[in-house]
Amino acid sequence: MNKKSYDERTTRQRAFWRANVALLVKLLLVWFLVSFGAGIVFAEPLNAYNFLGFPLGFWFAQQGSIYVFVILIFVYARKVSQLEDIYRQGSKRDTTDDGEPS
Amino acid sequence: MSTAMLTYIFVGLTFSLYIGIAIWSRARTTSEFYVAGKHVHPVLNGMATAADWMSAASFISMAGIIAFMGYDGSVYLMGWTGGYVLLALLLAPYLRKFGQFTVPDFVGDRYYSRLARLVAVLCLLIVSFTYVAGQMRGVGIVFSRFLEVDIELGVFIGMAVVFFYAVLGGMKGITYTQVAQYCVLIFAYMVPAIFIGLLLTGNPIPQLGLGAPLLDDGGLTVLQKLDTILVDLGFGAYTDGSKSTIDVFAITAALMIGTAGLPHVIVRFFTVPNVADARRSAGYALVFIAILYTTAPAVAAFARLNFVDTVHQTSYAETPDWFRNWEDTGLIAWQDKNGDGVIQYGAGDAVVGGTPVYDGDARGTHGERLLHNAPTASANEVYVDRDIMVLANPEIAQLPGWVIALVAAGGLAAALSTAAGLLLVISTSISHDLMKKTLFGQLSEKQELLSARVAAAVAIVIAGFFGIYPPAFVAQVVAFAFGLAAASLFPVLFMGIFVRRMNREGAIAGMLAGMGFTWLYIAYFKFWEPAANIPANWWLGISPEGIGFIGMFVNFAAAFIVMRFTAPPPEEVCQLVDNIRTPS
Repeated sequence: MNKKSYDERTTRQRAFWRANVALLVKLLLVWFLVSFGAGIVFAEPLNAYNFLGFPLGFWFAQQGSIYVFVILIFVYARKVSQLEDIYRQGSKRDTTDDGEPS
Repeated sequence: MSTAMLTYIFVGLTFSLYIGIAIWSRARTTSEFYVAGKHVHPVLNGMATAADWMSAASFISMAGIIAFMGYDGSVYLMGWTGGYVLLALLLAPYLRKFGQFTVPDFVGDRYYSRLARLVAVLCLLIVSFTYVAGQMRGVGIVFSRFLEVDIELGVFIGMAVVFFYAVLGGMKGITYTQVAQYCVLIFAYMVPAIFIGLLLTGNPIPQLGLGAPLLDDGGLTVLQKLDTILVDLGFGAYTDGSKSTIDVFAITAALMIGTAGLPHVIVRFFTVPNVADARRSAGYALVFIAILYTTAPAVAAFARLNFVDTVHQTSYAETPDWFRNWEDTGLIAWQDKNGDGVIQYGAGDAVVGGTPVYDGDARGTHGERLLHNAPTASANEVYVDRDIMVLANPEIAQLPGWVIALVAAGGLAAALSTAAGLLLVISTSISHDLMKKTLFGQLSEKQELLSARVAAAVAIVIAGFFGIYPPAFVAQVVAFAFGLAAASLFPVLFMGIFVRRMNREGAIAGMLAGMGFTWLYIAYFKFWEPAANIPANWWLGISPEGIGFIGMFVNFAAAFIVMRFTAPPPEEVCQLVDNIRTPS
């Protein structure tokens, strides 16, 4: 491998990683807000509102946060696959399933 | 047909199914034994993960704990599901990409050190044994109540079954058995929940029934009614917590982070064909888990409502059979403090010392079992063990015998599937990480497979011992496993992926500091000075259950400080990190 293509690979890999971390930060912020935010820290004021017969804070703590968790994982799986398509080195067949270069 | 007969049939059928699957899918290579040959479909792996994950604590104890804790029980609901977000986003895909067999494999290679691998094995063993102890006790409870055999015999039967499919089938056998066990346990959990929801609210979906108005109570919803009657009896309102916000925060965080760091869960994601499958599989796993976890709070509220309704102000002579059945097993007790023959239920400990000590088989004037405990000043006359709420729920709601039998089979499925998963990581880490990678080095495939099987067998015996001599009650014991995992394994894995500069010295210092701190804090309040275990004495107001969250920061702090003063990792290791960060 010549120097230039090595540098390009590294740059691409770094760019992918930055994009991935930015995505992670966004999703984990949502994760934090629904559980620790709505379900715990702000549960009491939210309990003043009624949702589906539940006090809202209580609903987030025992129901809502769990639904959001499921959605977050699938959103991540989708988005990161798109990122991988953008930043993947060369063709799709470049690596084996275990990630070792073929 | 009698309920006992039906229970024998259900349990017998499900056990034969598990054993049949084990024979069909037995492992022939170490790769099959450790990671099921890495070709499990992501949806099936999701189901297996869910069964692996949902233990006796989830199935038997959790709804009972929520029933008695109300809002505070949310820590378990959010904690044991939110961790999957961390796992799916921060760990599982990268560890799968790394592509080895075990969690210590990653630690050993990433931190280029046998010592780091050994410390990881140590953390893994402590966490897994703490956790497996709770499972065997769950097996014992189910057997003793539903099949009317001794707890000891129940544990032996459970050990024999797990022995059969874990030792024979390895990860491959366990995976397919767990898929079957998931189906059994979720069916067993949902059927009574749906029935009871229908009876109380007319709504067949328990998740909605929890917020729905009661059929026979002038428009009050389940939660409103619960709040009202509990406050009348001197308890706090169901939808308000009694724990401090910071403690709820810390416990939830410790459970979440611990979940993401549990080796028997992480290793499940090594069994799928590729990285994208590992990510999706975590999503499926959480879907399957969420079905039970969003039903549990409904089961909890329904159970508490029905329990108060049936028991409070009922004369002992008129109590339904289940009350006396559970009294016979020692999980319910009644002390007629005012001598009126009628059961009064309310806030406060019913008996001095918290748990009843029976006077042999001696019976009082009304036929109740007599206690040695001195009565407390509180008006509450009923002791009830929280673990029985799910198991007794169908009986309390007067559901037919086959539903009760189903619940017994489901409870066993939950306990056995988790026990098997834990025993597998224990045996894997002993044969692969300890024997092969650390002690002997030159093990043939055959020898390694044999040592894995022997290690699994020994681990089962130790787990059985814990089942017969159980330490405290199921969910509590399990909660500590999470604190320890949060403080030791999660940070070291996270830094291995996200902190390129993290080195051997930092990782080892972090694991030891996090584990040591957490263990000491828990041991101090639980074993050395149990009397001091009150909120006023807790550091920052954080209970032993939540201290793993602080332990994680201790781990990070120790790791970063040591890293600054020691040599950076070698070039190959930086390349390894770059490689797992590259799109596959």
